[in-house]
Parts: sequence; structure tokens; C-alpha cells
Amino acid sequence: MSKQIIVPFGPQHPVLPEPIHLDLVLEDERVIEAIPSIGYVHRGLEKLVEKRDYKDYVFISERICGICSFIHGATYCQGVEQIMGIEIPRRAEFLRAIWSEYSRMHSHLLWLGCFADGMGYENLFMNCWKVREKILDVLERTTGGRVIQGVNRVGGVSRDMDAAELKRIEGEIPGLRDDFTELTRIFDEDLTVQTRTKGIGILPKDKAWDLGAVGPVIRGSGHAVDVRSTGYGAYDELDFKPVVRNEADCHARCLVRAEELFTSLDLIENAIDRIPAGDILAPVKGNPSGEYYARAEQPRGEVIHYVKANGKKNLLRHRVRTPTLANVPALVHMLAGCELADVPVIVLTIDPCIGCMER
Amino acid sequence: MKQPQQTIKTIAVEELIHQIHSFHDDGYRLVQISCASEGDAFEVTYSFDKELTLTHLRIPASTEKPIPSISRIYLAAFVYENEIADLFGIPFSGIAIDYKGTFIRTSIPHPFGSPQISVVKKKPEGQHE
Amino acid sequence: MKVGVMALTVLKNLVKGPATIRYPYQPAKVTPVTRGHLVINIDDCIFCGLCKMHCPADAIEVSKPDRTWRLNQFQCVICGCCVSYCPKDCLSIEQTYLPPTTSATIVSVTGPEPDKKEGQGEPVSS
Repeated sequence: MSKQIIVPFGPQHPVLPEPIHLDLVLEDERVIEAIPSIGYVHRGLEKLVEKRDYKDYVFISERICGICSFIHGATYCQGVEQIMGIEIPRRAEFLRAIWSEYSRMHSHLLWLGCFADGMGYENLFMNCWKVREKILDVLERTTGGRVIQGVNRVGGVSRDMDAAELKRIEGEIPGLRDDFTELTRIFDEDLTVQTRTKGIGILPKDKAWDLGAVGPVIRGSGHAVDVRSTGYGAYDELDFKPVVRNEADCHARCLVRAEELFTSLDLIENAIDRIPAGDILAPVKGNPSGEYYARAEQPRGEVIHYVKANGKKNLLRHRVRTPTLANVPALVHMLAGCELADVPVIVLTIDPCIGCMER
Repeated sequence: MKQPQQTIKTIAVEELIHQIHSFHDDGYRLVQISCASEGDAFEVTYSFDKELTLTHLRIPASTEKPIPSISRIYLAAFVYENEIADLFGIPFSGIAIDYKGTFIRTSIPHPFGSPQISVVKKKPEGQHE
Repeated sequence: MKVGVMALTVLKNLVKGPATIRYPYQPAKVTPVTRGHLVINIDDCIFCGLCKMHCPADAIEVSKPDRTWRLNQFQCVICGCCVSYCPKDCLSIEQTYLPPTTSATIVSVTGPEPDKKEGQGEPVSS
């Protein structure tokens, strides 16, 4: 009968990109169960909404997270626009879709780099981030910020992209497609990556639905759940199809994210072809009143912004349910029964964004 | 483009477990549990999703009466119920993994529930003129 | 399986040089719309206080009787909210990033006297 010991993993650990704490109960080298505990970066942003004008709060809602920042701002604006009954111009919806897809590509490339680094493959990490620089250059040229864009406003967007800029972006897409093909080939065929990820962290199809997993975690287990299929914003005109895999292990989730890079390029090309002319900001008067649950698809899964207002200029309640919080039960289930050396790979495969999760 | 309208049904605490069982048998996925306060009264909202349409259930709550936990039916609910219990102080009875107030580490207990937070503006030290 | 991929990459890297910029010894890449730091043209300011009211980070302090405008550069997140609310368009965002410092930097600017003396305001910064 071997002894059980408890090993604390995190919040400061060289392989973790974000501060989460897990207490691992070990027997020899096998994990019996894992107990998460959070709260290291809790800033209480939901309480700040009662003290700021609802139009100024857009800047704070973009700073909930650094990697998924554009979609947080866009979803908050969607919620407020819905309860005020504002219809934003069609061109603004297409612009938001283009920037959202660039944001998604940058997040997936960041994750691919961190995943390679978590396995010890530093060369691949640097190569993924070198490709990411090209996407950050596009974001900086069109919005002014590399990581935090700051162009969302209630009623539309504040900056436009003219025809010359759209043509320039469209000219860069074939080069990006070649880079992505090479990276996907390495993640698919390389022997190191395959040995460390195939058959690890299995999440069966019915368990994934039951535990409420979202994003690439549930799409790697065979369910086609993607909020972009509901057609919010401009996605009803862009011919979107979700990427689904059936093997349900870490390798499948990695390839789901790699293939979503190509889906994003297709969506951007469609959006640039079909974008209508028009203005980009609708006038906003008065104060909001009502409540709504706004949904969007972040790189990590489905995000829900709940806004509630009662006619004053500060909102009454703003609650963000981020996809990482919904994936924590799936993480606890996947960690039971694995080896100690597989723990970083499994924690990285749900794409933890603890800054978002704890607001 | 306008989003679809969402239905929020308000029910009493006693019917909660029965409704959750029927959602689980129909194959709904638990999306989130959230809590909002209006003055002194709290309300807890459960959201479910099937085929990408959301439905919501709402129950009134307070810090005295415990709410029965649904984590025996949906295990994923333990994360949300621990978070509400830590931040607002609403008790839940019978959570599958109960952290008893240590899930989120805050410097004061129940920061969102009670109005004990006051904003103090601090002058930054090392002021250079 | 492809052969020679690694050899080609090594040769390319030997010829091309590093892919990174040695910032701060070399200047950072900027574009015409990059948000670097906030500056004010104090001669046009009317000290209405709208920028202080709408700042999401509480970084600006305005005092109308003393005719001073103070900015806490550490607290400012360069969002551009004050720029869009200023009625006289005296706030603007420059493209260069600020160098790193070890303590909070307060920029304090005093406006000119209202009876049209020709001396301009003294920007005192550290």
C-alpha cells in the first residue's frame, strides 16, 4: 500500500503561463485527484461598474484580459446595445468581425507557442511567436494598439479601415497561409509532439457535455458547439463552419486550434469581399434600462456578459462568465489518473486564461 | 443585427430540483449560474443551453436561507456555487466539493454582498514636483 | 517526412540576422496611430474638468482656481477617453513609449495667467 502525498502546483511555476493553484494528490507518480483554488489575480472589476459611466466602462471591460481583450469589449457593447435598442451600422459589424478574427489568430498562435514551450520545445515556441508578430503589426497599423485595441464604442467602432488598407491586408493573407501550413504540419507529424500528447487527457464525449465544457475542449470531443453558428454580428453572412475532431485527447484539441487558424483566414477574406460602405458609429442618447445575456465566441470558448441597468448612468450589475471557468470541472476530471509529468500538458490544453477567469 | 429575445422564468426555491432534473433528462447543458443584487434582495439565475438557444431560471435568495445545490445532478455547478457563496455570502447546502469559503482568496469576506466597501483615494508616495 | 527543413532554416537564420529589435537601444516600431503617451497643450485648456470626470483609471486631476492640470503617468492606461471628451482639443496622444522608471511620475502643468501675460506656462515634469 503506497503512501499518498500532496504536491502544490502553482501559482508560480516555470511552465504555467497563468497563476492557478492545484493541490495534486499523488500515489507514487500517478495523480489520484486534483483540487483547484483560485483568487490570485482577483481585481473586483464587477464592482467597479457601479462607479463608472456605462460608456467609459468599455475601456475597463477591454482590460479584463490581455489576450482576448477585443472580444470582451465587443460583447459588452453588444449587451448594452441590445438593452438600449440601438441598431449598429452594418459596416461596423463587419469591422468588428475582422478584428475579432485577427484577435483569435493571435491568441491561438500565442497558445501554440506556450504549448510547445510547456513540452520543452523552445524552438517551435519562438517560431510560432515570430508569425504572431505579423498579425500584431496589422492590429497596430489599423487600431493603434498591439494587444489592447481600444476601438470598441457603444454604437459601433471608432476607427475605420479604408479600401487601400483592406487591399493590403488581403495581400498578406497567402503568406500567412503558408506559415500556418508549415506550423500545422509540425504539430501534426512531429514525433516528440505525438508521443507527449496522443492518448493523454481523454475527455469522453458524454462527459464533455455533462461537465459543461466549452470551446476547443468540447469541439475536440466530437460536439459541434460554436456560438458563431448562431450568426450574431456579421457571422450570418460569412459562411462559417465549426472545426470538430473526435479523438478527445490533447492532440485533437491542439489540431482543432491549429485548423481554426485557417477558418479565421477564410472568414477574413469573405468579410473583406462583402463589407458594405456606410458609417461606423450610431448616435447614442439616454441611459440603458433592462437586462440581457450577451454571448460571443472567444478563442477559448463561449463567453457570456450579463448586463443589468435601471435607467441611471452607471450599470447595476455586470457579470462575466469566461470560458476558462466553465472548463475547470473538465480539467479536474482529466487530471485524475494521469502521470505527474503530464500535468503541465493537460493544464495547458484547456488554454487557461486566469486573468479573465477571476476578473 | 438584433439578437433573439431571451425568456427568464422566475420560480420558487422548492420547485428548483424538480425543474433541474427535467432539464437534465432533456439533455440541456449547464451554461452558468449568476447572482445579482438589487438593494438587499438577491436573485440567483441558472442558464441552460440546447442547440444554441438559452433559457434561464431565476429564484429569489437571501443570506439566511440555504439553497439546495444542484451539483449532484450537474457536477460542473460546484465552481459557480462556491464562487457565489464566497463573494455574496449566500449559503448552499450539499455542494459536491465544498470549499467552505476558501475558493477565492479575498482580504475581506463576502465583498460583493455586504456594503462594507468604501473607496479611499490614496495620494501616491514619492510625489515629484 | 520532409528532409533538409532544419538545414534550410539554419542557413536562412545565418544570413538574415535576428528577428527581434534590441529595444531600448534601438527605437521601437511605431505606426501613425500608435498610442504612446498623453500630452496636453496647456495654452488652450479651459480647466473644465471633463477629462477628470471621464477618466476610467482616475489618473487626471484638474484644479480650476490654481489653473493646474496633473497627470499620473503610471496610472494612465492611454485609452484615449479624455481625448474624445475634451471640448477644446488640447489633449493628444504621441507615438513614442515612455522609458521605464522606478517610482510614480506625476506631470504637473500650470496654465498661463488669464490677463494675457506673454509668459507661457511652465511644464514641470520629472
